Amino acid sequence: MKKALRLNPIACEGHGLCAEVLPELISLDDWGYPIVDGKPVPKQLLAHARRAVDVCPTLALALSRARGAGEIKTL
Amino acid sequence: MSRMAVSELAPLVQLPRLLAGVRADRAPVSLDEHLDAYGDPPVRHAAGLIDLVEASGLTGRGGAGFPTATKLRAVAAQRGRKFVVANGTEGELLSRKDKALLGLVPHLVLDGAELAAHAVGVYDIIVAVGQSAVHERAALTHALDERTRNGLDDVRFQIAAAPDGFVVGEETALLSWISGGQAKPTFVPPRPFERGMHGRPTLVQNVETLAHLALVARYGPGWFREFGTDAEPGSALVTVSGALAQPGVYEVALGMRVRELIDWAGGATEPVGAYLVGGYFGTWVASADAERAALLGSALAPLGASLGARTIFALPAHICGLVETARLVRYLAGESAGQCGPCLHGLAAIADGFEQLARAERADVPQIARWLEQVRGRGACRHPDGAVRLVASALEVFATEVELHATGRCRGDGRLLLPTGIPG
Repeated sequence: MKKALRLNPIACEGHGLCAEVLPELISLDDWGYPIVDGKPVPKQLLAHARRAVDVCPTLALALSRARGAGEIKTL
Repeated sequence: MSRMAVSELAPLVQLPRLLAGVRADRAPVSLDEHLDAYGDPPVRHAAGLIDLVEASGLTGRGGAGFPTATKLRAVAAQRGRKFVVANGTEGELLSRKDKALLGLVPHLVLDGAELAAHAVGVYDIIVAVGQSAVHERAALTHALDERTRNGLDDVRFQIAAAPDGFVVGEETALLSWISGGQAKPTFVPPRPFERGMHGRPTLVQNVETLAHLALVARYGPGWFREFGTDAEPGSALVTVSGALAQPGVYEVALGMRVRELIDWAGGATEPVGAYLVGGYFGTWVASADAERAALLGSALAPLGASLGARTIFALPAHICGLVETARLVRYLAGESAGQCGPCLHGLAAIADGFEQLARAERADVPQIARWLEQVRGRGACRHPDGAVRLVASALEVFATEVELHATGRCRGDGRLLLPTGIPG
């Protein structure tokens, strides 16, 4: 099953630790908040992605099942 | 049931539909007048209502345009206690359509809310209206009294006076407030149909959507589709304002040209440079392009616009679009719920940058453009996306002004037309 990073922007306080642990997939914006694109995480980066999730002090980052194409996105 | 009503009642094939029964003195239509005009509400427990709504192609009229039947089915499928919230908060400052419905034909909205509630198995309905909408709340209170006296309802209605504000009408913010929390958006999923008011499945529908639903239940989907196109059927309420002779709320057939709507509104009172289409989350469109366009999502999409909040504002050619947009961006930045970093900091930075541009000081336009890219899609709700869309369209449509301002000049005559609640 494909996994993707999912950020809760309300919980995120911009500590930026995730971007240090996973620079391949996470960059910071001009105000220090992580930019997470929600695309499936490549297999070789999964372990790093889990570390990025674990390092977040506000539990704002999660690794969850990537959205399928047929899923209802807005309701 | 309602299918029979279709053949029993004379077809109403002209517009307006929602506003057909409006009194000349603009007082709220009484229950007797409402029943005279539309007859008794169709038989309750209408299991077939969702099918009728689906066949009608009715979509949400609050801005997102989600298919109404899909929402109804999602809530109908949930078990246990559930709620219906009729959203009449209308935080968009250019829009009056929902207040017009509530203040003029409250029973149509209440019929729709009750029919929707029965269709999804709900017996508690909350009608949410802004605190400042005093007249509309009084009309609703009176209408509910009339219904109680006449033993019309077998559901519980409650009126909620929601705090005024742009973001409050966002459905998760509204549900959070009704449930005793802050009037701020929440992280989704879970979506309201799964976990909404008090954590229970909740159907949230804009009040205009419910008014249409009340008519679809009476006259059927074929009647609804006599206006509009196959893909975007029916009629819609649109609020027009700006440099027009008769600004106000008009009911249009979807697919009508913007030009025709402007004519309905008495035409422009001075040359129009651009239209703001879809409200403060909307898009600036050059006047010639806008006037040629049909009032359809599919016709506005190529212009980067959508019906959005269903407002059209005519900006005089002599008013600087950059100055007006700067005021809107500052307003929208201030209306951020302040929960998400990119929205809180990003919109404030964009507002600063855009104010510099508007003052014809040395502004860093590429940096503003970069910030737009950084902020888009990064909030829990769509607030930052709406602000980004507005600014991006301003940079495009007012490109000539951007160049002029870069040389320290501005052609605007100093008037400020758009309401923001912010002085100067």
